[in-house]
Amino acid sequence: MSRIDVRKTYKLYIGGQFPRSESGRSYVVNDAKGRLLANAAQASRKDARDAVVAARSAFPGWSGKTAYNRAQVVYRVAEVLEGRREQFEAELRAAEGISPARARTYVDAAIDRLVWYAGWADKITQVVGNANPVAGPFFNLSTPEPSGVIAVIAPRGPLLGLVSVVAPLIVTGNTVVVVASEDNPLTAITLGEVMATSDLPGGVVNVLTGSQAEIAPWLASHMDVNGIDLTGVDDAALAVDLEVAAADNLKRVRRPAPDTDWLVQPDLDRMTRFLETKTVWHPIGV
Amino acid sequence: MSTPATSAVYDDVVRTDSSLRRFLHGLPGVDQVGCEARAAGLATRSIKTTSKAWAIDLAIRMVDLTTLEGQDTHGKVRALASKAMRPDPADPTCPATAAVCVYPDMVATAKQTLGDSGVHVAAVATAFPSGRAAMDIKLADTRDAVEAGADEIDMVIDRGAFLSGRYLQVFEEIAQVRAACARPDGTSAHLKVIFETGELQTYDNVRRASWLAMMAGGHFIKTSTGKVQPAATLPVTLIMLEAVRDFRDQTGQMVGVKPAGGIKTTKDAIKYLVMVNETCGDDWLDPDWFRFGASTLLNDLLMQRTKMTTGRYSGPDYFTLD
Repeated sequence: MSRIDVRKTYKLYIGGQFPRSESGRSYVVNDAKGRLLANAAQASRKDARDAVVAARSAFPGWSGKTAYNRAQVVYRVAEVLEGRREQFEAELRAAEGISPARARTYVDAAIDRLVWYAGWADKITQVVGNANPVAGPFFNLSTPEPSGVIAVIAPRGPLLGLVSVVAPLIVTGNTVVVVASEDNPLTAITLGEVMATSDLPGGVVNVLTGSQAEIAPWLASHMDVNGIDLTGVDDAALAVDLEVAAADNLKRVRRPAPDTDWLVQPDLDRMTRFLETKTVWHPIGV
Repeated sequence: MSTPATSAVYDDVVRTDSSLRRFLHGLPGVDQVGCEARAAGLATRSIKTTSKAWAIDLAIRMVDLTTLEGQDTHGKVRALASKAMRPDPADPTCPATAAVCVYPDMVATAKQTLGDSGVHVAAVATAFPSGRAAMDIKLADTRDAVEAGADEIDMVIDRGAFLSGRYLQVFEEIAQVRAACARPDGTSAHLKVIFETGELQTYDNVRRASWLAMMAGGHFIKTSTGKVQPAATLPVTLIMLEAVRDFRDQTGQMVGVKPAGGIKTTKDAIKYLVMVNETCGDDWLDPDWFRFGASTLLNDLLMQRTKMTTGRYSGPDYFTLD
């Protein structure tokens, strides 16, 4: 007797849970050859709203953890990803139609990227913080603080691209709402499963799948979102609209870069773009 | 809104403890499953666009903005009173709340800030929240609050007496507190009677308490103090709404309802408004007859209101913490 297929339902990842879209919608995701791969949830503006609420409520806890602890958690994500590498290699090959060797390269790079960023968690303050010379009896110290809730429009690279935009934000203490690549959303949800099982508190990373053009404007205009990373936006007109909408509450904006080669070793820019500087004056000798 | 201290229709009922018990236990039992299903069914109604905007403004006008903490200060009460008058300083079309609800010693402070703005001051009295004090202390507590200028008194019933079946004692307490609400000029502060439904154990008891309080002359019946879980729930409020509806059918007198505690979101508030409309009709869709006891609810209402006027989601950073 043949076994019945156990098919996976790809849902959203919001607040540590995997809900369906409140709208009840889904859309067809095809593989590289145009054949049906699976259905993905098509998130609505209300799912985006719920995701922002989840990210906001996770922010005090996550940003309040020690940098050392955040590093451990992000390293743990890399560990769990390493343990499930075969699943990710298979998903990448199905989604992108790439060779086994190429898929392994991407998974290796994604794991290494997580480890690299994890290491930065307790070092970024020393590198971008300062002891400032002042003309008075004060210690004057500038330290970086996370901006808050960051919306991310993820690039097409379903695993490495996603990891490369999310990891630098969370190691510094931000919480994020990611709109996964519209064409390749499935790996993002599987990565959500990895994050849900690796001590990352619910709500630190929230993943939406669906139409970029539908969801992104709501995130860009949302007054409780502190920054927006437009890396994966490849429609220039949409990017301008999003940037204009983001101006209302002075969000930090990162401009689109959809064609980035994610295999190249990054610099610190993705971490420092969404940091604020806090300067304290402390009296000497009192 | 002047109701006689005791409804004449029920003079015979409240003559002795046994007649009162016979009446209260003779009330039809609450169908628990039916009641919860009805409340859940009404909660699924979808209220959108202009109806939603109307409901949000109405809900803001129904809020008793509450601070009942041991750590309350005069400064906090002044800030809260200012917020009650102008919930959204950026938008002059935003209505004021119905009242601020404070402990009796803060009444004068609240009154001073509110002046003649039309926002009432409600004071919790009678050894709130437990109600465990001697009767003369409860009455003194009430008189103090009325003298300090309270427009409304929120009293707690003696749940111990109620649960052990001494209904006449509870009845007389309510009637006496109501008498203590009288002012020298002949007017009277409005009396809200808090049941603490989370401690009453059964829906039948909620129905009995509702009738008891209405017969004793309460102007409002209120679910909870907010200090006990569960606080206000939809089924409990449904039972109380049915009670005030039936009481008007019997006596012609209207009594208000105030769910308090645990109502935190606009969505919740609108569920209650739908239930009021479907159970009692739109006579009760008015701040004189329906109130929300809440503190965090107001900010969510304001955020939703801002969302509807600006078309973009708002955030808690843009409203005061209280």
